[in-house]
Amino acid sequence: MRSGGTDGGAGEDRPATDSRSAVLARVRTAVSDVPSDETPDDVPVPRTYRRTVAPGDTVGLFAARVADYRATVVRCAPEDVAGTVAALLERRGARRVVVPEGFPPEFLTRTDADLVGDRPPLSVRRLASVDGTLTTATVAVAETGTIVLDTGPGQGRRALSLLPDYHLCVVRAEQIVPDVPEALARLEPHRPLTFISGPSATSDIELQRVEGVHGPRTLDVVLVVADTSGANP
Amino acid sequence: MTEDTDHDGRVWLGTPAFPEAARTALADTRLRHNLRHATTTIRTKRLDATGEVPHWEELREAGAAIKRRTARHLATYLEQLEASVTAAGGTVHWAADATDANRIVARLVRAAGGPDTERHEVVKVKSMATQEIGLNEALAAAGITAYETDLAELIVQLGEDRPSHILVPAIHRNRAEIREIFAERMGEWGRAAPDDLTDDPKALAEAARLHLREKFLTTRVAISGANFAAADTGTIAVVESEGNGRMCLTLPETLITVMGIEKVVPTFTDLEVFLQLLPRSSTGERMNPYTSLWTGVTPGDGPQDFHLILLDNGRTDVLKDTVGRQALACIRCSACLNVCPVYERTGGHAYGSVYPGPIGAVLTPQLAGVRRAASLPFASTLCGACYEACPVKIDIPEILVHLRAKAVEAKRDGRALPTPEALAMKAAATVLDSPGLLAVAQRAGAAGGRLLGGRGGRIRRLPGPLAGWSATRDTPAPPRESFRTWWRAHREER
Repeated sequence: MRSGGTDGGAGEDRPATDSRSAVLARVRTAVSDVPSDETPDDVPVPRTYRRTVAPGDTVGLFAARVADYRATVVRCAPEDVAGTVAALLERRGARRVVVPEGFPPEFLTRTDADLVGDRPPLSVRRLASVDGTLTTATVAVAETGTIVLDTGPGQGRRALSLLPDYHLCVVRAEQIVPDVPEALARLEPHRPLTFISGPSATSDIELQRVEGVHGPRTLDVVLVVADTSGANP
Repeated sequence: MTEDTDHDGRVWLGTPAFPEAARTALADTRLRHNLRHATTTIRTKRLDATGEVPHWEELREAGAAIKRRTARHLATYLEQLEASVTAAGGTVHWAADATDANRIVARLVRAAGGPDTERHEVVKVKSMATQEIGLNEALAAAGITAYETDLAELIVQLGEDRPSHILVPAIHRNRAEIREIFAERMGEWGRAAPDDLTDDPKALAEAARLHLREKFLTTRVAISGANFAAADTGTIAVVESEGNGRMCLTLPETLITVMGIEKVVPTFTDLEVFLQLLPRSSTGERMNPYTSLWTGVTPGDGPQDFHLILLDNGRTDVLKDTVGRQALACIRCSACLNVCPVYERTGGHAYGSVYPGPIGAVLTPQLAGVRRAASLPFASTLCGACYEACPVKIDIPEILVHLRAKAVEAKRDGRALPTPEALAMKAAATVLDSPGLLAVAQRAGAAGGRLLGGRGGRIRRLPGPLAGWSATRDTPAPPRESFRTWWRAHREER
């Protein structure tokens, strides 16, 4: 337990253990109406909501929902990812981009952009000055149009997808799950998790939506689909 | 604004009683226009977002049940959370009240000091808990400058104003006012606004981006609240839109999270319910742009020093009340504000609390004591719209009626109180004085009556203290239309 330092504020610093036992004692007294033999499991939580809406076309739904957030989704076949990445970087004018460890090198063969690694870690100023970041994701949610990054291979630490103004994320179709419960079931809680649904946005001024207050202003999602018979948006 | 800290260290921002404050707000036509625009817009978006989820009612049931389970076994989950966070490399602190919490934060900020020991600064993620305890003011008194980084909170802070809405705290300000605040005040806090700043929301957001980026890159300590904390894993969740949250949670060396003890949920899996309920109820989005989940510290990524402060500050008093307890389930989505006919006309400031609207009317008197907020349980038409909108099914009208009874009891005990009857009469006089307000009240009354009315248009059981009356007789439900509504419709037909 921490011992309190001097703080110059009013009153004496109360040892943390005192507050701990005081709060816990109050909590226990407050619920004296709860039978002492009741366990948490005795309070039922109905999980009937967990039936999945089961959209026939998860990939199509994901693409449509991401597009709803004013992000761009480009579908391509596995052999076309490098070309698509190169074209998008060109279109966005992203000349210097950060590429985290573990990002598939075969996706980088067509671009002539200046690729910057993050080992040793870039300073935050350096990171804030590059044009964009390329990452993969760990899972994607169709119903909400969300990508989830867990800092695993190809995703880098959290600051990488935050400070530069442009984020290009490569998602494989088989990473897309129908809904939020399915996504959480696939995640490892002890990794830092970032759920991204479209670019950064605010509606604080007269409820008018503005993109890119602090995070990336532009989000492009490259959707890798083995069967591209469906039309490209 | 007077600040009153009583012996238990709870901070209560005392403002005039609701009827007086409401009268001032009602006279402000610009405020009413801004509010009406905001509440109707968000209301429509929310209905679209919740309407497309076929299992929405099941989600609400689950959300309410998880919160019920947590409240009934709160000590178990808090101890479990403490163990999980500690095991993951974080440090847990307990704060009995606001004074306690503010003192712990100030001490941690100083300890994180760094080479420049004279100048202490922190960046902050928007958080109701830190507003409730008056953290910014307490830090200022301790020589620490706190920078709000949410755009709306920045507007409020620079304007030396108070938030008026849980979700969009600066909703009472229009773009011209915001431009003026930025142009005049930004320079005093850091990077000044550009000389040619216009009132285009894009330009205003850009000015905020430049102003704040400098702070994100240089500040060593961040303070956040928590939307949820999973007891089994120690995972904390912060839900946001702008990315200012991610900046604060990721870039500084030290992160201090102040969390009301009611925010704990039993398991990581339970987040699947609330991450569906919250964004749709709050901003009317399928998902908010950014959700950050973290567990303790991660070497090489994010703050290496993480402190979680578990805050009571009156919550155990709320827990003690078997009727009022359900208010602790609140996930701060603000859906009840946007559907409330009273809030829509008075705005958040009239409630004299950081928690405005229907949830504020039940939470504030319980957290601060009925004596200090005696008029708030009467700041409602009991129309029931808030209950319908609440994603975790808090029966706000039931608690309001319960608290009205408590306010009367407190008066009977001989404590100084404006009498509820007098307050109700005053509120009624305001309404009866204005044909527009009367029409609103009647529409709301009709809606509430229809909710209560069973088959045959009879109300079989009235809520709260009126139950005694209805136990032996049925009450006719109010008519679907008031005479005034009918008259207007028919006059227009001709």
